[in-house]
Amino acid sequence: MSSRSDVTKGAPSGILTGRAKTIVTATVDAIPQAVTPDSPFRRVARKFFHDRLALAATIAIALFFAVAIVAGACAFLHLPMPMQPNATHLERKLLPPNPANWLGTDNLGRDVLSRMVAGSTISLTVGFVAMAVSLGIGIFVGAVSGYIGGWVDNVAMRIVDALLCFPSFFLILTAIAIIGPNIWIIIAVIGLVGWTGTARLVRAEFLTLRESEYVRAARALGQSRMNIIFRHILPNAFAPIFVTAVISIPDAILVESGLSFLSFGVPPPQATWGNIIADGKTYFLDAWWLIFFPGLAIFTASLAFYLAGDALRRAAATR
Amino acid sequence: MNLLEIHNLSVRFRTENGTVDAVKNISFSMKEGDSLAIVGESGSGKSVTALSLTRLVPTPPAEYAGGKILFLGRDILKMSPGQIRQVRGGGIAYVFQEPATSLNPVYSIRSQIAEGIRLHRPDVTDVDAEIVKWLGAVGIVDPEKRMHDYPHQLSGGMQQRAMIAMALSCRPKLLVADEPTTALDVTIQAQILAELRRLRGEFGMSLILITHNFAIIRGLCERVAVMFRGEIVEYGDTESLLKNPQHPYTKALISCVPRLGVKQARLRTIEDSWTAARL
Repeated sequence: MSSRSDVTKGAPSGILTGRAKTIVTATVDAIPQAVTPDSPFRRVARKFFHDRLALAATIAIALFFAVAIVAGACAFLHLPMPMQPNATHLERKLLPPNPANWLGTDNLGRDVLSRMVAGSTISLTVGFVAMAVSLGIGIFVGAVSGYIGGWVDNVAMRIVDALLCFPSFFLILTAIAIIGPNIWIIIAVIGLVGWTGTARLVRAEFLTLRESEYVRAARALGQSRMNIIFRHILPNAFAPIFVTAVISIPDAILVESGLSFLSFGVPPPQATWGNIIADGKTYFLDAWWLIFFPGLAIFTASLAFYLAGDALRRAAATR
Repeated sequence: MNLLEIHNLSVRFRTENGTVDAVKNISFSMKEGDSLAIVGESGSGKSVTALSLTRLVPTPPAEYAGGKILFLGRDILKMSPGQIRQVRGGGIAYVFQEPATSLNPVYSIRSQIAEGIRLHRPDVTDVDAEIVKWLGAVGIVDPEKRMHDYPHQLSGGMQQRAMIAMALSCRPKLLVADEPTTALDVTIQAQILAELRRLRGEFGMSLILITHNFAIIRGLCERVAVMFRGEIVEYGDTESLLKNPQHPYTKALISCVPRLGVKQARLRTIEDSWTAARL
């Protein structure tokens, strides 16, 4: 009730004082008591984590990332691992899941679980970095083209249209056939091909938001164009951008798996989820575990990202 | 030197369906400390006039077809983008109609006011103290706490007060209030207008008030310009213009204002602007 005394005490102008005493109490009770500042981002986050499905998806994603990071660190720092992902034991080839090899072994006697763990680092790196590349380009092109409009917009959107004319998977195949398969090249190509959707989305958001009153108010305050684009409009377009970003991660993982399956991907012996399946496809009638578990990993990771993206869309729906 | 001089300003919009002359050949001037109300119906060109003062009307589709806007002797229409940004906010600040949408929903009041201060008053070292001072000045209770609020946590009246604080904190020479109370209910409207009157007295800035409502200009603005179809049809001292309107459109407009305690069979309306002009 401290607020009531605050308002009556500090009533600024003549309007809230004197004759209108009865009105004052009525008004004070009607003022919503906003105790803590409540930013829109915090509200979306709160809603998101109240969603059980979103929570499960987030935990799954966090687990995948934890495994990937630990495995990546071990490989990078040459720390001891329970089993080397590339160590061959020909005497133990094509074993079904057993106490020593929890998810079985492949045709060279390599441990499938170890290879999947090592592969998770590659797959998630591909997904994440490719997303970052395409998001960066997409946001910049979309924002500038949507806000400035005119011929800039025309040129940018025609480039997007031209890129969309190519089936992106074949563009990637061609690029890799010419430049050669290497994980960073694959990431760069997936990222450089994937930004068009983001650019269109961001542009559409900017076309609406640039007409909003607060953009006019920011212009009237003398703010620079870049400041308005990136500080005032972009955070308001955050929700749909973040949703596409989350959803484009599994897309990149799937593209990488597809490339690896066609043996255009990350070259062996480096394991990725895609090339474990590719190696195992010859034996899958006898050794189902060779494609089942990596397939399950791809499926689970993709599903978790899609569900998280979807939950985020729902959490951000009411602005 | 006059604070603001407008000579024969024309603004037109080129659209696919032809050219629209939004503002035709208007002229007026203001000294420092003056206050002017621009009154007119929707589409009379009053908002375009206000926005043109700092070239805020987007070109295209708009086109500044002719005339001069001199702010402290410098022609606004000939300024570079950098120069015009200095005038916006720092020289001429705006308060718009819809406080709820004029504030950026993702930033707290504090960070939005801070932007203007950093931009136009780089010498201010304690920005927070300055924000508290201005929020207090526009009548926001407990400004130290409320400045951390986000726009949706404030009521409409408080949002408009925050907008006014944002405009004033840049210490503009001229405040342009474009229908500042239209979106607010009548009690809040009275409070905001009282606040504007008090602040004008306190800080001695000039004011242009854009409105379609004759009832609110008395006591706030010394002069009135009545706009109709892009032209200023009548211009003069508020009291005498209200008592003794000359132009038929002004007469019609004033007779439309309903009065408490006056028995009227029907409320007057202006059926058609063209008929009214020929009354």
